[in-house]
Amino acid sequence: MDLLANILIGVIVASTPLVFAAIGELVAEKSGVLNLGVEGMMIMGAIAGFAALISTGNHPLALVAAMAGGAVTALLFAILTQTLLANQVASGLALTMFGFGISALWGQGYSGQSAGPFPRLNIPGLTDIPLIGKLIFGEDYMVYISLAVVAAVWWFLNRTRGGLVLRAVGENHDAAHAIGFSVVGIRTLALMFGGAMAGLGGAYLSLVQTPLWAENMTSGRGWIALALVVFSAWKPWRCLAGAYIFGGVTILQLHAQALGVSIPAQYMSMLPYLATIVVLVIISRDKVQLQFNAPASLGKVFYAAS
Amino acid sequence: MADAPLLDIQGLTRTFPGVIANDKVSFSVGKGEIHALLGENGAGKSTLVKMIYGVMRPDSGTMTLDGEMYTPHKPSDARARGIGMVFQHFTLFEGLSVADNVALGMTGTGRNLTKDIVALAAAYGFTVDPHRLVGTLSVGERQRVEIIRVLLQKPRLIIMDEPTSVLTPQEVDVLFRTLRRIKSEGVSILYISHKLEEIRALCDRATILRAGKVVASCDPRQETAKGLAEMMIGGLLKPPERAKTAVGQVRLLLDGLQLKSDRPFGIDLKDVSLAVCAGEIFGIAGVAGNGQIELMEALIGETPIASPEQIKLDGHPVGGFGPQQRRQRGMSFVPEERLGHAAVPSMSLSDNTLLSGIERKQLARGGFLNLDAATAFAGEVVERFGVKTAGVAKAAGSLSGGNLQKFVVGREVLQAPKVLVVSQPTWGVDAGAAAAIHQSLIDLAAAGSAVLVISQDLDELLAISTQIAVIANGQLSSARPAGEITVEEIGRSMGGAAQANAPALAGV
Repeated sequence: MDLLANILIGVIVASTPLVFAAIGELVAEKSGVLNLGVEGMMIMGAIAGFAALISTGNHPLALVAAMAGGAVTALLFAILTQTLLANQVASGLALTMFGFGISALWGQGYSGQSAGPFPRLNIPGLTDIPLIGKLIFGEDYMVYISLAVVAAVWWFLNRTRGGLVLRAVGENHDAAHAIGFSVVGIRTLALMFGGAMAGLGGAYLSLVQTPLWAENMTSGRGWIALALVVFSAWKPWRCLAGAYIFGGVTILQLHAQALGVSIPAQYMSMLPYLATIVVLVIISRDKVQLQFNAPASLGKVFYAAS
Repeated sequence: MADAPLLDIQGLTRTFPGVIANDKVSFSVGKGEIHALLGENGAGKSTLVKMIYGVMRPDSGTMTLDGEMYTPHKPSDARARGIGMVFQHFTLFEGLSVADNVALGMTGTGRNLTKDIVALAAAYGFTVDPHRLVGTLSVGERQRVEIIRVLLQKPRLIIMDEPTSVLTPQEVDVLFRTLRRIKSEGVSILYISHKLEEIRALCDRATILRAGKVVASCDPRQETAKGLAEMMIGGLLKPPERAKTAVGQVRLLLDGLQLKSDRPFGIDLKDVSLAVCAGEIFGIAGVAGNGQIELMEALIGETPIASPEQIKLDGHPVGGFGPQQRRQRGMSFVPEERLGHAAVPSMSLSDNTLLSGIERKQLARGGFLNLDAATAFAGEVVERFGVKTAGVAKAAGSLSGGNLQKFVVGREVLQAPKVLVVSQPTWGVDAGAAAAIHQSLIDLAAAGSAVLVISQDLDELLAISTQIAVIANGQLSSARPAGEITVEEIGRSMGGAAQANAPALAGV
């Protein structure tokens, strides 16, 4: 039974960076912008958080730095696509490559250092409950933050005027502009939120999961986060579920390897990606449902004719 | 006028690169007045109202509202000063509910708008469910949502941009009753339209714009529609001439066409049957969103249909073919959406002729494009249809709506198709261009083609069609000769036929 609890804890650790990155991208896409640079923003968050922790030793400050790292990278994207009206797909790809380059340069001095353990929740009595104690009450703080962020995003999008405006901008930017909302301003803020969350996702890798700095350490998670947003049909709770399913498959293949399942490891590593594609195909079958949930202006360049 | 005007505009000028959209425009709107703003496409009406509503800023000139300077920088400034606007292309969000849509258009955030919406709607005699998604509403209902949104802000002036272009005659009556009632409460309305009869029926004063300038101001009730039109275009208006043509054999036959729509909020086609003979113009009336899009897709061949036998061209089944194969066999199509469907905006006019004319006009040889032939054909279309453009190498998207419409209609008509299917041939096109398009359709039919016109503009259908049928909720009424059918009859089948039929069908 201890094995099961360990597997579940592993799943949570594997899933949390995806939760952060995907929920951020979900908000950006709800505002109608497709930012393919999630990977680049994650890696910037990873190095910014790591560098801040090494120099200050302060965990909250490191998280703020990680968010700033991601958000500044996203701001760059916002300037390119919203002000200069550059193509979103090309800019997003460029952002990823740019993030890898800058973070590698910045991180040169940090290789081989360790960030040390990340603080965990510890409620005497509750955390000591066998099996479920560590699972529910003993995670690192970022896991709880990620769950709170998902709940907050759901509440913001569905229960506040700000969320309504954001959805409206993503649904029909021309109409939103005609009513008098600042499409560019709202999208810039949404992108920066997306960047900040991607930054936290990256910092989870460098501060909690490993906790080390290594070049290219995001290794494709930003792309998976992008797929998760489509998978979730732009709904925050489904996004969370998707991230955990994906994390689950990742951990499963590790354990299957450990148990000596005689399938080449490479096939097992493909499993999560395969699962993503299968789910995407299944979801895309219901065209009506997909059209209905997708922000109608997603990826379209907005140009105010005045 | 004894009272000072509510809105007074003096010398408003706005230029775009290469064009003066508004040239020293001056006029005023009185309190409790319905003031018409008349003009052809490109006369500068939209620019003018965008400046009044704060979407654009004028280069020079002044506006005074109720005696005070009025310089809106953004629409919320305009709303704060009591100016509301109902847009031509509705500024509604299909994926959001009525209440959410209303909340978005209001500057102050009242949390519980649902009650206000229901109460206001009831006060004006219509019902609206605040929780419905706007995407599921009819066009008339959507317009009411826009009007409610504006009225909830207790405006002093409401700007309405071509509000009737998508409504049934009955819906227009409801709208006019609403507008007269709003007026009786002391609210002014700036009413933009090019439908002259409506302006004569509704408006107290009219300002006429031509090429960015005010050319006349009059009391529309004292003028004839023809007189207004001629002020608008600055020339004489020629009504379409209908030659008596002998009706030939059936060219296009729809036999119990069925189609399940795969769009969100789509309409299924139920057993649509019709026959169009050579020399005929068959008009299909109906309110938008009653299956016209689906019918057009089935006719073009964009959506596969169950049995090829359901569509026949000159007696041969063509229902199994795609668009290109149907074109080869002599059908031509002008879809409703000019940009992106009928023409590729970023491609030149001559390249656009290749898209539909490559087979019938032999614009390719042995797999290679014959660009000279395409240029020549595009030139012919431009010349014969009076398309105003700097040349056929210009991108289709650079043309004004009316000019591009003349081009896409001309491109199909000059291919001399056996059957031409046109949707909304004069949507958003001014009177002069519309007359030219109508004449070309009549001439095409006179030359022995069968023409099918799907339109929401009843006046248009009555002017050019030989037969008229009405589509409502995916069902087509039986066709009647255009001379025998009245506007009221058509209007009734537009709104009521579907509901009247449904219980009968259920009973069978």
